[in-house]
Amino acid sequence: MERRVSNPLVVRDLGLKRGDRIILDGVTFEVEPGELCALMGASGAGKSTILRAIAALEPFDAGTVMLDEAKLVPGPVPPQSRLKELRRHVGFVFQAPSLFEHMTALDNVMLALVHALRWPRDKSERVAAELLESLGVGGRSGAYPRELSGGEAQRVAIARALAPDPAVLLMDEPTAALDPARRGVLGELLRDLVKQGRALLVATHDVDFARSYADRVIELADRRIVAPGSSPSGV
Amino acid sequence: MSVSTPRRSVRVALLLAALAGACRPATPPSGSARELRWGGDAEGGAPFVEADPADPTKVRGFDVEIAGMIARGLGRSPRFVQVAWASIEASVERGDFDVGLSGVEDRPDLRSRHAVSIPYYEFHEVLAVRPADAARYATLRALKGHRVATLGSTQAYAILIAARDSLGVIPISYDDDVHPYDDLVAGRVDAVLLDNIIAERSLRRSGGKGFVIQPEPVATGHYVAVLARSDSALRDSVDALLRDRMRDGSLEKTFRAWNVWNDAQARYIDAASARAPSDAGSPTQNPRSAAAYLPSLLRAAFVTLALSCLAMTLAVAAGAAIAAGRVYGSAPARALLATYVEVVRGTPVLLQLFVLYYGLSSVVRLPAFLAAVLGLGLNYAAYESEIYRGALQAIQRSQLEAGRTLGLSEWQIFRLVRAPQALRLALAPMTNDFVALLKDSSLVSVITVVELTKQTAIYATNIGSWVVPGALCALAYLAFSLPLARFARRLERRWSGA
Repeated sequence: MERRVSNPLVVRDLGLKRGDRIILDGVTFEVEPGELCALMGASGAGKSTILRAIAALEPFDAGTVMLDEAKLVPGPVPPQSRLKELRRHVGFVFQAPSLFEHMTALDNVMLALVHALRWPRDKSERVAAELLESLGVGGRSGAYPRELSGGEAQRVAIARALAPDPAVLLMDEPTAALDPARRGVLGELLRDLVKQGRALLVATHDVDFARSYADRVIELADRRIVAPGSSPSGV
Repeated sequence: MSVSTPRRSVRVALLLAALAGACRPATPPSGSARELRWGGDAEGGAPFVEADPADPTKVRGFDVEIAGMIARGLGRSPRFVQVAWASIEASVERGDFDVGLSGVEDRPDLRSRHAVSIPYYEFHEVLAVRPADAARYATLRALKGHRVATLGSTQAYAILIAARDSLGVIPISYDDDVHPYDDLVAGRVDAVLLDNIIAERSLRRSGGKGFVIQPEPVATGHYVAVLARSDSALRDSVDALLRDRMRDGSLEKTFRAWNVWNDAQARYIDAASARAPSDAGSPTQNPRSAAAYLPSLLRAAFVTLALSCLAMTLAVAAGAAIAAGRVYGSAPARALLATYVEVVRGTPVLLQLFVLYYGLSSVVRLPAFLAAVLGLGLNYAAYESEIYRGALQAIQRSQLEAGRTLGLSEWQIFRLVRAPQALRLALAPMTNDFVALLKDSSLVSVITVVELTKQTAIYATNIGSWVVPGALCALAYLAFSLPLARFARRLERRWSGA
């Protein structure tokens, strides 16, 4: 799984209001390919909102988000049909795994390959099975989400997000529900993804996790980036 | 025999007043009371029993006058009790009133179950056809393969059922005696078989246009008074009184006043007033055995099942489209669909069936079965759409967002993610609705579709008991609904992984 995108994910002057309340104001940072950035800040600082804005799940009022050809500008979220480039290159792992409850783990991972990328079923199945195997949940491919443990569900969710082979992976509080041992396993897994050349932006308030596994910390406070690139040891 | 749709609002007042009377605890039926309680159906209208236009709390008609003659002869005062025509026999046996008198037809099975008076009027079953068909549809035999309408649970209906088997006519049963003639004029049926009084009344109502009455009667029948089986003593008094009124000309006077006197009547009364009760009347139909009704019950059960399945299919498809429109559509589309749901849900399905079948008949003449499928299907679509809308909205936003981040189109998200999960939530209420629809399908008998409940009612009326027909009917409904509920539960269990 070699990455082909060589340009960074660029977020420039991102501003977002809800009513009169300013949520984000002039947020600017970049994430390079092969880099794991931890997006840190207190609860409610706007970490998840930034991820959602980058993934075109939430409209914003100012600034731009760019990745190669894909560019998001202020205004309503564009329809899915105009987001193909962005969707192709940006994967998202939600805080709650949000697996599709009516499908097996394997079907969850295959879904985008078969229906968004229109790959043949057998090829999709092979790739999905390999992904689950590489994430250590190959044995659970026939299980439904309700039959998976929290850790297993999260890894299936990561496999699902990785299936279309995105250059950038956004993760929202991936360690929130993990014990220290599983946190370590996840950290190693993310490092492997970075080694493959992906850019990872991980929203977290877990200082230890950031210190252990992130290349860089982007710190958010008072609606702005206060530390746009400090090394994790400085956190 | 007479059940017509009330055309005059005065009848409503009368029906309410009479109904209030009928709902009171029954007073001792006879003997001790100074009143003679007699039951009839004012919905049947003139010349039998109708609300008096001058005083809608009173009734008038030749049956009203005959009831008066009987009461006076017994030294009592008559008191009218409103009862649905089809329920007269059951009500008199229950003791709701002493005498049933509202164009009740003489039949052998009636005599076997109740105390029945001598016939007081002779009628003819006559064919009505459109003027252009007068030459070719002169007899039932000529109507082979054609639709012949009549009122259900009548002698005419029994004749048509027999003619279905022997002559190949297609009987169409109505709940009233107005719509058969409307549908004859509209071309929905090719003939109507009913008694001459109703036929002539309908012809007068239509201004003498639209159809003609064939001169050759198909059969002869008689009107009688019906009493509870145990009331044979009172029946004998009624017989004696009727004979007296035949001899003294009172009956003739009444019939002349109501314009139903004719030569045949004169001959009949001359003969009958001199005869013993047991000789009177010459019923045209033989009673049919219970087993003879099984094929028609099975056929009706199939109609119910087919109708329910087709209507539910329509309801599910239209309901899903409405729900999707209300969740995803533009503001005007949402408003339009919401209006549809509220109007359809807020008005009776019976009214909708009437509008579809009769109301629109000048624009589009739907066959009865199709109108029934459309009426029930479109009505239930409103309810289904609300179930699906609720289920669609119950799917968490994160599920849809996960679909978006994977690059699925909105349609794919709907089809692959949202709808399948919503279906699981909707399954139990949908099963509920299908069972309700199965039972509501009995309403379509108002637009001439003979389904299970209607056929059961016809069967029960003919054999004079609801026990066996009712049990068979209930078994058939349960045979449809129980496996369905079981299937739905199994699906639910499978989907929930239990």
